[in-house]
Amino acid sequence: MNLLGRMGWSDLAMLESPVIMGAGLFMGLVVVAVLGVITYMKAWKYLWTEWLTSVDHKKIGVMYIIVALIMLLRGFSDAILMRTQQAMAYGGHPGYLPPHHYDQIFTAHGTIMIFFMAMPFMIGLMNIAVPLQIGARDVAFPFLNSFSFWMTAAGAVLVNLSLVLGEFGQTGWLAYPPLSELKFSPGVGVDYYIWSLQLTGLGTLLTGVNFFVTIVKMRAPGMTWMRMPIFTWTILCTAILIMAAFPILTVTFGMLSLDRYLGFHFFTNELGGNQMMYVNLIWAWGHPEVYILILPAFGVFSEVVPTFARKRLFGYNAMVYATVCITFLSFVVWLHHFFTMGSSANVNAFFGITTMIISIPTGVKIFNWLFTMYRGRIQYTSMMLWTMGFMVTFVIGGMTGVMLALPGNDWVLHNSLFLIAHFHNVIIGGVFFGYMAGYTYWFPKATGFKLHEGWAKASFWFWLTGFYVAFMPLYALGFMGMTRRMNHYDNPAWTPFLEVALVGALLVLCGISCQVIGLVVSIRNRHENQDVTGDPWNGRTIEWSTSSPPPFYNFAVLPHIDSLDAFNETKQRGHEARETPVYSDIHMPRNTPAGLFMSVAAGMLGFALIWHIWWLAAISLLAIPVIFIVRSCNDDIDYYVPAAEVARIEALHNARVAKLELTHVA
Amino acid sequence: MDHPALHGHSHEHHTSASGESHGGYGAYGIGFALSVVLTVAAFYPVMVPGTLPHGWLEPTLAVLAIVQIVVHLMFFLHMSTASEQRWNVVAFGFAILVVFILIVGSLFIMHSMAEGMVDPDVPAVPTTGHSDMGSMKGM
Repeated sequence: MNLLGRMGWSDLAMLESPVIMGAGLFMGLVVVAVLGVITYMKAWKYLWTEWLTSVDHKKIGVMYIIVALIMLLRGFSDAILMRTQQAMAYGGHPGYLPPHHYDQIFTAHGTIMIFFMAMPFMIGLMNIAVPLQIGARDVAFPFLNSFSFWMTAAGAVLVNLSLVLGEFGQTGWLAYPPLSELKFSPGVGVDYYIWSLQLTGLGTLLTGVNFFVTIVKMRAPGMTWMRMPIFTWTILCTAILIMAAFPILTVTFGMLSLDRYLGFHFFTNELGGNQMMYVNLIWAWGHPEVYILILPAFGVFSEVVPTFARKRLFGYNAMVYATVCITFLSFVVWLHHFFTMGSSANVNAFFGITTMIISIPTGVKIFNWLFTMYRGRIQYTSMMLWTMGFMVTFVIGGMTGVMLALPGNDWVLHNSLFLIAHFHNVIIGGVFFGYMAGYTYWFPKATGFKLHEGWAKASFWFWLTGFYVAFMPLYALGFMGMTRRMNHYDNPAWTPFLEVALVGALLVLCGISCQVIGLVVSIRNRHENQDVTGDPWNGRTIEWSTSSPPPFYNFAVLPHIDSLDAFNETKQRGHEARETPVYSDIHMPRNTPAGLFMSVAAGMLGFALIWHIWWLAAISLLAIPVIFIVRSCNDDIDYYVPAAEVARIEALHNARVAKLELTHVA
Repeated sequence: MDHPALHGHSHEHHTSASGESHGGYGAYGIGFALSVVLTVAAFYPVMVPGTLPHGWLEPTLAVLAIVQIVVHLMFFLHMSTASEQRWNVVAFGFAILVVFILIVGSLFIMHSMAEGMVDPDVPAVPTTGHSDMGSMKGM
């Protein structure tokens, strides 16, 4: 038995082409540099006790967003590579990316952007905001939360490993069989795809359970359903969608794994396999997934607009019902992703109509935001810019979506660049703009200082213009008959459009650069941008009533909620908020490395299964339950913070606020 | 498990987690016995052909499977209609709804597609006697 399974020297992908070698070396250098800096600053102990083993939802949220931002860079590099290739590779020019490499890039781009950029970003935002918005001390299952995060991180490590060791899938981001079956993809690429997504998918599912329980059981006293902030409502619905949809993904990948590893025939060409069943199942997950991503973005806009228009949200109830409607409807539209597969007119008509219906509650939301802004005293902060950019862009994307919802139209446009333009239109213009607004909005809450507004605005304008320049030509190219995922083409009429699209991608690159610079500048100048009061935007919901960053127990005294926008009401009433609080002991969970260890074992299990290293697979498969049992036998998992300690921490915060008020008076 | 009582701000807040009720050993015993009976009842007609009339096997297995699920829910997961169980029942109802949508939807879609497929046993073009396509047989 080979100790390294099917791995050999030839699997070092770096030797394949200078592009991969460059990327691999760069990645290696960054990792070495980061490790070096940590060692130089003697930060290992701090990192271990304060972050890696933390079960604090705020720190886990920050770590999620760090993963998301790193993976954004990775996914965007893929995008630039593809745009460059397509701008070059017409007629007699082969471009610089051979098909084998190019196919991996478009697969990795989609997989990374959805599973390792958008999902961690969304889960990071909800980790930071939701417990604070509902007045809870942490999530319902803090250890589970840590485990969920590390599972996502383990999946992300596997995806990046595929860059230097072996290959990634060459199948497109959903790995349709029969192409993804062993017969047509015998390498490790699809296995990397399957196991990285299985790990992160499990983490996401557990996050869904965790936040559902948190929101249902742990709201502050007095916070009835209809007093919940809209962001929390959208997260509740997202959690429901995650719990319902992610098991389908796990099972579908499980069946594909059985095909690939044990010679089953669920989706093969021969022996009764049915690839169409895979397409059906993967989209039964995939469509709810679209709404898992967009609903939290809607939630962010519903927080940002009232805050910066200085008005309460127009149509709170309508917003809640629209969210719930979308949650349900998102389960009955999945066939619109494969209208052309050959179902009858009845089936296509049914799903075409449900698809058009789902645009109605979404339209309701757009009008609610517009009416909230109407006659409001709008502050044009970067968050508000992202929101307004979203409203325009998302409506365009929504309309092209309704065009695609007509089965007859879809027959012409499916698999073309029109489709690509459409979903980037809603995912960048909706999901990503929303997450950027949320990132800027809650950044001071998570870190204690604000992001630099100038760089944030510059980033927005580059992203907005870059998006339009990059994707409007793709709509046209779709009508001109260009299909997606082309490594090379012969029609010279397409080239100018693709060159324009490359310029758009470069503008987006400027936008991302502004974000990175803005982050660095903000960290450097953190003492000038400090958020001392904990309420930098004059917010309306109770996360702004505690300090920034909040103490680890979030609220010294749990707030009592007696209205919607409770914190705004308290501020309106004035001094009542300043009554002397009575502190009591606070029950908190202890940090634990068990989630990290279990995820490391799970990551090794995935790696071993990818490379058929069976001894390692057996050991790591055993290690996961063993670590869990050891952790379960530990009774010392929680402690009480004494009231005196709470009083000390709160006094420090109050002193800082008082000092600030004094300087303002002076 | 982590402490669901985290939202309590002091010692007095230790209410029970989620209205879970645990049956005694008796309930587990009954549940176990019923599961065994149901499992044997499902395996027997498969292992011993001829137990059931032709065409009855699949429906019987489906019914037994559903009864098995209900037994597990009642005796092992202690689901009941008591008021403190409301969330469990709501969650279960939602799960049933999603499973229903997925299964019925998939059958709707896949059946429609199967109808549109050409049956490999019936030639697409009616042939009379020996056709000149004969050489392609066995491909």
